[in-house]
Amino acid sequence: MTGAASAVFLLDMKGRVLVWRDYRGDVSSAQAERFFSKLMDGETDPSSHEPVVYDDGVTYLFIQYNNVYVMTASRQNCNAASLLLFLHRVVDVFKHYFEELEEESLRDNFVVVYELLDEMMDFGYPQYTEAKILSEFIKTDAYKIEMTTRPPMAVTNAVSWRMEGIKYKKNEVFLDVVESVNILVNSNSQLVRSDVVGALKMRTYLSGMPECKLGLNDRVLLEAQGRATKGKAIDLDDIKFHQCVRLARFENDRTISFIPPDGAFDLMTYRLSTQVRPLIWVEAQVERHSRSRVEYMVKARSQFKERSTATNVEIELPVPSDATTPAVRTSMGSAVYAPEREALLWKIKSFPGGKEYMLRAKFGLPSIAAEETLPEKRPPIRVKFEIPYFTVSGIQVRYLKIIEKSGYQALPWVRYITMAGEYELRMI
Amino acid sequence: MSGHDSKYFTTTKKGEIHELKEELNSQYKDKKKDAVKKVIAAMTVGKDVSMLFTDVVNCMQTENLELKKLVYLYLINYAKSHPDLAILAVNTFVKDSQDPNPLIRALAVRTMGCIRVDKITEYLCDPLQRCLKDEDPYVRKTAAVCVAKLHDINAELVEDRGFLEALKDMISDSNPMVVANAVAALAEIQEGSSKLIFEITNHTLFKLLAALNECTEWGQVFILDALSKYKAKDARDAENIVERVTPRLQHANCAVVLSAVKVILQQMELITSVDVVRNLCKKMAPPLVTLLSAEPEIQYVALRNINLIVQRRPSILAHEIKVFFCKYNDPIYVKMEKLEIMIKLASDRNIDQVLLEFKEYATEVDVDFVRKAVRAIGRCAIKLDRAAERCINVLLELIKIKVNYVVQEAIIVIKDIFRRYPNMYESIIATLCESLDTLDEPEAKASMIWIIGEYAERIDNADELLESFLESFPEEPAQVQLQLLTAAVKLFLKKPTEGPQQMIQVVLNNATQETDNPDLRDRAYVYWRLLSTDPEAAKDVVLAEKPTISDDSNMLDQSLLDDLLANIATLASVYHKPPDAFVSRTRPTQQRDEDEEYAEQDSGTGDTSAPLSEAGQVSGGYQGASPSSPLPPPGGYGAPPRATVPPSGPPPPAAAVVPDLLGDLMGLDNALVPVGPVTPATPAGPPLPVLLSAQDGQGLQICGQLIRRDGQVFYSLRFENNTQMPLDGFMIQFNKNLFGLASAGPLQVPLLQPGGSANTLLPMVLFQNVAPGPPRSVLQVAVKNNQQPVWYFEGKVQLQALFLEDGQMERSTFLETWKSLPDSHEVSKDLPNAIITNSEATLERLLKTNLFFIARRTLKDTNQEVLYLSGKVPPNVPFLVELTFLVGYPSVKCAVKTPSPEMAPLFFEAMESLLR
Repeated sequence: MTGAASAVFLLDMKGRVLVWRDYRGDVSSAQAERFFSKLMDGETDPSSHEPVVYDDGVTYLFIQYNNVYVMTASRQNCNAASLLLFLHRVVDVFKHYFEELEEESLRDNFVVVYELLDEMMDFGYPQYTEAKILSEFIKTDAYKIEMTTRPPMAVTNAVSWRMEGIKYKKNEVFLDVVESVNILVNSNSQLVRSDVVGALKMRTYLSGMPECKLGLNDRVLLEAQGRATKGKAIDLDDIKFHQCVRLARFENDRTISFIPPDGAFDLMTYRLSTQVRPLIWVEAQVERHSRSRVEYMVKARSQFKERSTATNVEIELPVPSDATTPAVRTSMGSAVYAPEREALLWKIKSFPGGKEYMLRAKFGLPSIAAEETLPEKRPPIRVKFEIPYFTVSGIQVRYLKIIEKSGYQALPWVRYITMAGEYELRMI
Repeated sequence: MSGHDSKYFTTTKKGEIHELKEELNSQYKDKKKDAVKKVIAAMTVGKDVSMLFTDVVNCMQTENLELKKLVYLYLINYAKSHPDLAILAVNTFVKDSQDPNPLIRALAVRTMGCIRVDKITEYLCDPLQRCLKDEDPYVRKTAAVCVAKLHDINAELVEDRGFLEALKDMISDSNPMVVANAVAALAEIQEGSSKLIFEITNHTLFKLLAALNECTEWGQVFILDALSKYKAKDARDAENIVERVTPRLQHANCAVVLSAVKVILQQMELITSVDVVRNLCKKMAPPLVTLLSAEPEIQYVALRNINLIVQRRPSILAHEIKVFFCKYNDPIYVKMEKLEIMIKLASDRNIDQVLLEFKEYATEVDVDFVRKAVRAIGRCAIKLDRAAERCINVLLELIKIKVNYVVQEAIIVIKDIFRRYPNMYESIIATLCESLDTLDEPEAKASMIWIIGEYAERIDNADELLESFLESFPEEPAQVQLQLLTAAVKLFLKKPTEGPQQMIQVVLNNATQETDNPDLRDRAYVYWRLLSTDPEAAKDVVLAEKPTISDDSNMLDQSLLDDLLANIATLASVYHKPPDAFVSRTRPTQQRDEDEEYAEQDSGTGDTSAPLSEAGQVSGGYQGASPSSPLPPPGGYGAPPRATVPPSGPPPPAAAVVPDLLGDLMGLDNALVPVGPVTPATPAGPPLPVLLSAQDGQGLQICGQLIRRDGQVFYSLRFENNTQMPLDGFMIQFNKNLFGLASAGPLQVPLLQPGGSANTLLPMVLFQNVAPGPPRSVLQVAVKNNQQPVWYFEGKVQLQALFLEDGQMERSTFLETWKSLPDSHEVSKDLPNAIITNSEATLERLLKTNLFFIARRTLKDTNQEVLYLSGKVPPNVPFLVELTFLVGYPSVKCAVKTPSPEMAPLFFEAMESLLR
């Protein structure tokens, strides 16, 4: 049940080792080759390979980022979830350090890479992955390092995500409530599934060690406090908190209390799986005239209140890969053919609630076709949009209290926005 | 914050090493540091820079932290190859471990633990002792992990120095990170030990639960993983733990969530209150669903685990099937896993929705995914009888699209559906027959032919249809031939008219005269005999009613499931295999006795297929209808009789002899008594090497090797009869060979029923028919029986079975003999695959094969150990042996001195297999 990684490898796209760190002395650098040949073994394209690869007693867990494979090798029954997540965190830390993680940036910073790998994992056990705090004592610019550098208290503290002694002239907090709407509509125009994933994104610029308390219109909390809900309270399905939030306290009395990290982070995410009416509905009628042309008639309808307006709407309509000579008319916005995406992109800058717009398009098709009729790829219609000042869930931040022992007044700013997440409407 | 380190990679010219050496010894700090960076760069790209060891180590005493870290890194990499020089670093390590800066103290103890050199390890103890009590938690948490490192190198030392106690005390440390790392270290030490070292008690439980709230996310995972092993005293205890762990389900880190789920599921087993359990199930559902919003790699792990969870507690996600619907951009490996869970969650309530999805997937482009989707429809049909008709309609719609592989896959599952619901859906046969000529995959063809044969009376032109397949009969794969044979017989029995009669003649002729496949031939003979002697009996057998099948495929065995649920989030839960099947720790920390080692080898060789291989395919049909009985199951559509899947359905009526399959699989066939003048118990050791494969032996398989028992050489043999006839009258003969090995008595093998097997020990004598010429280890054998031709095959003479009991020498004799033999009689070889992890255990094992310990010493400069042994090979050839090796590292150098150096290669072969 316990188990640790034996080594962490950073490989280029050809499987060559850029940097590797051996933690347990039971694997060698040759493991990279074995992993890579196993990865290339399959008929499938490596990017669609399972992230767990087994070969001769060694398990490789890997992720790909840009032109780099980040991989661990292990001989034990290690915690796969933890190690894969750790690899993602390693990527985050490197991104924080080098702005972009790619082959070149690793080579350019291999000394720091080694130092970080030494600090983030010990004997194959993940240790510490807070990029901000790490950069307090592992720096890229060597001249800044003086011998007085000590591990920040945060590394071992209960509050492992925030340094002490932070100072701001103006103490401010920005809170963005962002809701992504995911929907899946099948080819019979039935809404198969829909959910809303919300995130409270915070940017804090606060001095000292501020104690924060966030109040939401959470039905469970309000009812527990015996307040009248007046239909404003909401049910959140599954809430996930940043590690700074005291989970035991939340479990007890639904209070969201925390000492925030400095800067930007996701305070919480939540999910709402109640049926949501698709905010923008798209219907496409397709007329295929085999070997000559294909015609589309697309209707897009906004199904939210008139006082809200969707912005930056983009409807991606898939078309055959061999389509040519587009002829398009729209009743609103503009449409461009994007052959590299095998799609027609219909963009509408501003789409008020309760409106319906149309698009008609015609494409030519080649008169000759391959003998064998393989099934075509049938991507769904995809939609992107943003609706500011609006949330599907009706979530409201009732208060954000900030108390610091120096007694300063901090200003919280709250914004709401809804946007399309995985918004797919399958075509016939 | 981008750097410019890439310049350090550029120097590749000649004389580089020399230049580096100079720069390393430069008096300018910057030059020195640059040189170390170049060295590390070279090391990174795999160049050997170990010759700079002394120069790099000399840079170690520096105030510059960055430089120090680089030197330490170098040490970790090269100390192994320069154990003697590594001592140079010890002073600085010890000094650094007392540095006022906690970063440096921790760095020193962390690095020392990574240097796996015994000498260094000795010096590590004092600094470690201090650091375990350090005032700074950063140092303490590093020291805690270091104890596990030390234990991995030298377990005894850890126990002697009381580090285990210190580690246990750390569970009460005031700092949560120290607690978490101590838990991880203890759990690891416990894993590699047979003794009870770390057990969570009431007291520690409280400490762990407290630390859980405060430590980092990774630390929480360590603690939760340890907690999942805690055995609660009673339901109340379990409820208390669950209550404290449940808040973790709200953590943003998916690994924390999964480990919390593991703890809760474990404790739930003890909780008796229905309400509490229901409530917990309700609480776990949303976090499990949210895991599907994580990165695809995490989703994959989550899905593999959810697959396990729904097998145990389907209620948790019974209403959430929609979240498993595939998104267009899901990676294929995620889609495949989602599909599997959709099948498990499909119910009468949601089947319509699910079928719409499957149908959608069946028209996508990825062939594997499409096939799996089609199969999924079939499995739902078998699982949900009220929905079967709807499923079949979807399959028919798909067949109409006429995509070749969809049609074939559909026919395969429809065959299973017919088996599940006999006499209900045969009206669709006509539609199926339309696609007849497009079938080109054996399984699909075989399925179609089975359908035609099974329903021959309802298909007007069944004879024509079968006829169309017959033209290519000789070229068809065995699977298809067998089905054609059976289908032709069924057709004839159902419609004994002229056409079918001619057809059966052709088929029987083909299957008996013109084939090399014993399965096919034997089945044909059986049919022939039946048809010619008693057609009514033939009807009873061939057209008998078949047991119906059910969809229990892809469901894990309960005890395995228990095991896997206890391992949620780990690799075992991803592979769906118990950890033993894939864990390969190279250094066992505890000495194990022989038995255990055998067991380990067993699991290693018994399961050579990678744990990644999927747990078998659908087709419940095979399991119900394919016991390895001598007769093909009545009219059965089955896998070849060689299949060793134990029958899961009701036993077939015609099974004459059903051997103990389980015993058979494990090589413990106790139905057959081994015979011979001496009858020591048949060894339950690792499986014998195959000498004659069933393929080469027309179904007869022979395994065997030489062994030594009580001073006597035996040929340990195993015969397996995979033919369809009983075999008897076994005899054996040996060709001339190096040692003149021959049988000392007749081969005693009882009559072997089809599917049966026997183990026997054949006593051997030496020097009966010695082969002249250079020594060859080949042992050529001939075996015959009354039914088959004579089989010739080759085995090997393994020297380890021949070492004589009186091979022991006095030390002085050894020395004298060594000196008296000329140097030309000394041969040595590196055995790259040999490894000695524990000299004592190895010596013990060697002693059992009559290799006797003479002396040992340790080479100071390389830390290598040298063992001297003696042995004797018949008639009277002494072997003086020297083994040089590093404990725990592969590759052993073996040198022998003997009057017959030409036998040395044989000896090395034996040694390598003994030291594996």
